[in-house]
Amino acid sequence: MSADRLPPDPPLKLNEKLDVEALLEGLECYRPRRRGWTWREHVPDQQIYEFTYHETSKPLERSVSLPAAHYFEDIDPQPDCVVTTEIASGRPEDDIRRMRMAAWHGADHIMVIRTAGQSHIDGLLEGTPEGVGGIAITRKQLRLTRRALDLIEDEVGRPINFHSYVSGVAGPEMAVLFAEEGVNGAHQDPQYNVLYRNINMYRSFVDAAVAKRIMAAAGILQIDGAHNANATAVRAWKVMPELLVQHAINCAYSEAAGMPKESIALSTVPPDAPPAPCMRMDLPYAIALRDLFGEYKMRAQQNTRYMESDAREATVSHVMNLLVSRLTSADIQSTITPDEGRNVPWHYNNVAAVETAKQSLVGMDGLREMVKVDREAPELAARVREIKERAVLFLEAMIADGGYFAGVEDAYFVDSGEYPETHDDGIARQSDGGVASDSIVVRADDYMAPVCHHFGENHLPEGYRGKAHGEAAPCELVGGCTICEDIKVPYIDELDPTDNVNVRLATTADLRERGLIKPEVEWAGDGVVVVTMFLPAAADVAEAAALELGKAMNLAECEVIHKRVMHPAEGTLCELKGRLDVAIDPTTLVIPEPPEVLSDEEIREFVHERGLKVVAATVGNDEHSVGMREILDIKHGGLEKWGFGVEYLGTSVPIEKVLDAAIEHAASAVLISTIITHGEIHRLMMQKLADLAEEKGVREKLLLISGGTQVTDELARSWGMDAGFGRKTKGIDVASFIVESMRKRGI
Amino acid sequence: MVRPDTYHEVRQHLVDLSDAELEERFWEGARAVVEPLVELARTHTSPSIERSVLMRMGIDSPTCMAVVAECEKRGLLGHGAGHVVLVLMQEWECDAPEAARRLADGEGWEVAEAKWGAAR
Repeated sequence: MSADRLPPDPPLKLNEKLDVEALLEGLECYRPRRRGWTWREHVPDQQIYEFTYHETSKPLERSVSLPAAHYFEDIDPQPDCVVTTEIASGRPEDDIRRMRMAAWHGADHIMVIRTAGQSHIDGLLEGTPEGVGGIAITRKQLRLTRRALDLIEDEVGRPINFHSYVSGVAGPEMAVLFAEEGVNGAHQDPQYNVLYRNINMYRSFVDAAVAKRIMAAAGILQIDGAHNANATAVRAWKVMPELLVQHAINCAYSEAAGMPKESIALSTVPPDAPPAPCMRMDLPYAIALRDLFGEYKMRAQQNTRYMESDAREATVSHVMNLLVSRLTSADIQSTITPDEGRNVPWHYNNVAAVETAKQSLVGMDGLREMVKVDREAPELAARVREIKERAVLFLEAMIADGGYFAGVEDAYFVDSGEYPETHDDGIARQSDGGVASDSIVVRADDYMAPVCHHFGENHLPEGYRGKAHGEAAPCELVGGCTICEDIKVPYIDELDPTDNVNVRLATTADLRERGLIKPEVEWAGDGVVVVTMFLPAAADVAEAAALELGKAMNLAECEVIHKRVMHPAEGTLCELKGRLDVAIDPTTLVIPEPPEVLSDEEIREFVHERGLKVVAATVGNDEHSVGMREILDIKHGGLEKWGFGVEYLGTSVPIEKVLDAAIEHAASAVLISTIITHGEIHRLMMQKLADLAEEKGVREKLLLISGGTQVTDELARSWGMDAGFGRKTKGIDVASFIVESMRKRGI
Repeated sequence: MVRPDTYHEVRQHLVDLSDAELEERFWEGARAVVEPLVELARTHTSPSIERSVLMRMGIDSPTCMAVVAECEKRGLLGHGAGHVVLVLMQEWECDAPEAARRLADGEGWEVAEAKWGAAR
């Protein structure tokens, strides 16, 4: 039984990893700090940097902004809609680390997919067994995850909605579990059980009403399962009328079970993808849907039906899906990882998908004010009407044929014909068949459930029929229920001594304790890496060659996870996955201190005020100019970028000429580029420059800087320079040095 | 059944409806489809529903499983597993988790049997 509540955990530290072991301690006393769903706070006409946004929400306190954000003072505007990511590696201890990464990139709806087979288990699982293709949803797993999410949401400064599935045979129990453990959102749609999980149809609908009532009591946002028809259909563009019907059945059923409209979200996907002219096909559908379901929430999902192993292709399709969201509406924007077509999602692909959504939604901020869907366009108007009519025809025919159950027996659903066209290839289920058939029981005349929020006939004794009757709550009959009294929730830790989180963590303890670094994509220490290679061979030959190359690189369990023909004969791009069983001890690494650089603004201002100039040249008998140009040219982010006046004298320039030019142009700095030679020309050149400057009485006024691939700061200074810059130097490093040195010297 | 696209033939009764009327027709249809399903749910229960009742009474999942399985075997599910536990709480003057634990251990079923009769 639960003891006292656990006190709040200390906040996360920016440069420290989640302490998984500590989060597993005391879970028996952990209780969620809130229930129900949270939307983002929309901020109208939000000013961020030099821009005004029309469709953004309250900013995060901590986040990773988009790659190009450094051109815009690192701003990270957050779209107005909730952004979803689906994380379920099979191990809760690894999921929570990925959740932290995803939250930093803008995810505030984190969904965990269930392990294969859980929907057919007639009851609950306990503990932390490892999942396959998803995670075993248990009380312990939910508590660990919610506890971590409490810390993560505090770190980023925005509530995170946690989500899983109230479907399968044990729906009502899942609903109670989710209500008790503060799960904020859930899929619930009895049609999903019937069509895709072959769970008996009577059982599915009877269970669903009870589950939905409990979800409503806990403020859990419901998402339906209609998108699966899209993902399953032979021709996804043909199921549009049926999708409307599926949404309507779940919405109407949910409301009848006591769920408010604002807690009901439709899971909707643009059904098509290129090379179909998908925007023209999907937009009428998106509009018909929003016309009919305007009072419900829209959860816009991304297309999975036509995803292959090509992450680039998937990303482009998803951006088109996002355009549909922006041209119509989305309360929740779901994301699909670009690698879902080839494997269970990897850490960085969750981040990639969330970034695709953030980048696109922010980029299209306010677009619909300028680019409006033309509702009067003949093709669009006709098609919107047609989809609605076809859906009405579907409903009318199903009623005439005996209703929903008869319709499912007749394979009405997921047919590849666009209703009323049928191809007789829909999913048929028998009313007396499927998992858990013959398991519902008529409620007797004295049926009683002495608990709150129970759907259906319930013969409670007078005095305990609840608020609606001005009487005590039903659960007072039994001394309270877990929905009313949190403290009554029982806790079970582990039931399986060999398949649990502690056993798994023991295998990676060394990595954590010694801070060893091993690559991973899914689980701590999985060692998986991907090598991208172009091979000048036909696809089948390239694949075989890639596998051999993987072996040569010491990779184990090599597998080509993606290949793309560049030309049938000229070559193939291969992405090779393999396991690298090597861990690096960071104490053995020499990590150079990053040079401190000033901000662009600071440098620009300093340079502009003083009209700074530099004189530059390649000296000695050296004709190389590439390195120097990179430091100078605006095109390469060189000194010109901040307004430096640059006088480049060319190659093989004598030192005297360099110095004369510096005096003539009243330069603040001299930059010489030199290669290292056996004759020590480089040393002589630097020393000569320093001596000559001294001789001419300008040494104090001039910064002398030398650079070259093998130049080091230490050597250059020892030969009379103010600084030396070697390989990988950027313009910003030199610019920062000049500004800082001039400040120090008071020049 | 394979049927060609008869949309243009079978839509005739919808042609003259306004958009609002068409949408109303859609929702009327949806409500009509759902009505018998809701009635089925209102008047029936299932093992998972009964376990969800026991969960709400503060009983852990293995015990819920054992008590509901026994209720099913004895034909008591239609009276409500929570109802069975309540009867034994009153008999033993204990709380719900304790009553459920003892039922799961095989005690007290004769009390339920006395009230509702033996297995059907």
